[in-house]
Amino acid sequence: MLPLELNAVSFAAGGTTIINGITARIETGPRTIILGPNGAGKSVLMRLCHGLLQPGAGSIIWHGVRNGDVRRRQAMVFQRPVMLRRSALANVMYGLKLAGKSRSECELRAMDVLEVVGLAQHAARPARVMSGGEQQRLALARAWALGPDVLFLDEPTANLDPASTHDIENIINAIHASGTKIIMTTHNLGQARRLGDEILFMSNGRLMEHTPIDQFFKEPASAEAAAFIKGELPWQ
Amino acid sequence: MNSLGEALGAAWRLLVGFDTELLQVVGLSLQVSLTAVVIATLIGLPLGAAIAVERFRGRQALIVLLNALMGLPPVVVGLLVYLLLSRAGPLGSLGILFTPQAMIIAQAVLIVPIIAALSRQIIEDAWREYAEQLRSLGARRLTAAMTLIWDTRFSLLTIVLAGFGRAAAEVGAVMIVGGNIDGVTRVMTTAIALETSKGDLPLALGLGIVLIGLVVLLNALAATIREVAQRKYG
Repeated sequence: MLPLELNAVSFAAGGTTIINGITARIETGPRTIILGPNGAGKSVLMRLCHGLLQPGAGSIIWHGVRNGDVRRRQAMVFQRPVMLRRSALANVMYGLKLAGKSRSECELRAMDVLEVVGLAQHAARPARVMSGGEQQRLALARAWALGPDVLFLDEPTANLDPASTHDIENIINAIHASGTKIIMTTHNLGQARRLGDEILFMSNGRLMEHTPIDQFFKEPASAEAAAFIKGELPWQ
Repeated sequence: MNSLGEALGAAWRLLVGFDTELLQVVGLSLQVSLTAVVIATLIGLPLGAAIAVERFRGRQALIVLLNALMGLPPVVVGLLVYLLLSRAGPLGSLGILFTPQAMIIAQAVLIVPIIAALSRQIIEDAWREYAEQLRSLGARRLTAAMTLIWDTRFSLLTIVLAGFGRAAAEVGAVMIVGGNIDGVTRVMTTAIALETSKGDLPLALGLGIVLIGLVVLLNALAATIREVAQRKYG
């Protein structure tokens, strides 16, 4: 369903401009990291792309896909996963059922992904009593089970300890390897370097640059990006 | 003080002796209030869920109205249902005034706002938490509403129990539309009112003990459900 094309997209809420005239083209293939400080508008941009918010101005165009299929071919994992008050397995099956799969098909597929994210032995446990790291893995499984062309990840490791973060990053790479396009926000430069192939750097609702990862860290084009890299890694 | 002691003793003997009159009154009370709460839940719960997830003009006013109706005086409900069901009223042809059906209607009217308003609050809070996730997974509004009802089922059950408690304990509405007819429409609260004015304190007290016991039991049940569900499902 890619490329994804943003044309002068703007979004305001309560009189405050949050996204300010962003134009970009996101191609199939490389893992795209949306990077920037808190309040830059990363999460809002992602929600606009995913269709949870409607732009106030400009347009968002998915190429090569009929309009009705747009939602079904993408999935999103949120910073704080929302688990339904049922078992881990039922949480994964819920999304599959909404996608119109038969019950037996749902169960097979759900068990498969739980296996891959290392939660198969917890399939029957109530999802809400799982640890934060387990819940986020479960959220990834729920999204991955849908077999999306594009997976949006909104700061998926922001609240997790290093070990859980490591697990999540491995799963993200596995999803990437399975052919799903990864678009992810983070404010963590280390994570951007580990997981990213290209960077969209945002500041104050604007897109400051869109460059391959190496170039971004070696010679950032904007003063804001240079300051962000320096501020985050002051010893360099 | 002495008469209270004697009355309590007599009441106790009625209770442990499974007095027929007492049992009949308690039985009818439960039958009327349970039926009323089932009907009120079938109406109030979908209503509350719809208001929680839909956005329409006058929504805020409707919420204020529902919240206000939670404090509806039972006697006023009794009067309105009486006017509806009396011979000259619009539903007079049904001929159900002074029957248990009339009492069920009155109690259902009384607790529909309670169930609707409280479930609206619970489901709306859950909707705020779940909305983005459910929309992301492709849930339409009706599916989302069903999911929210299922996910808040334990909280909703305590609301239903609260509604039942309110129905079983009210006296004004059932007195007016039921008429407190012995063996036909006499329930715990109306019997207590009558027996007290007649001076038959043992029966009144015995029924009072059953009624208070019922209310305590319901609250204990509600607290237990909340606690167990929280521990088991988070």
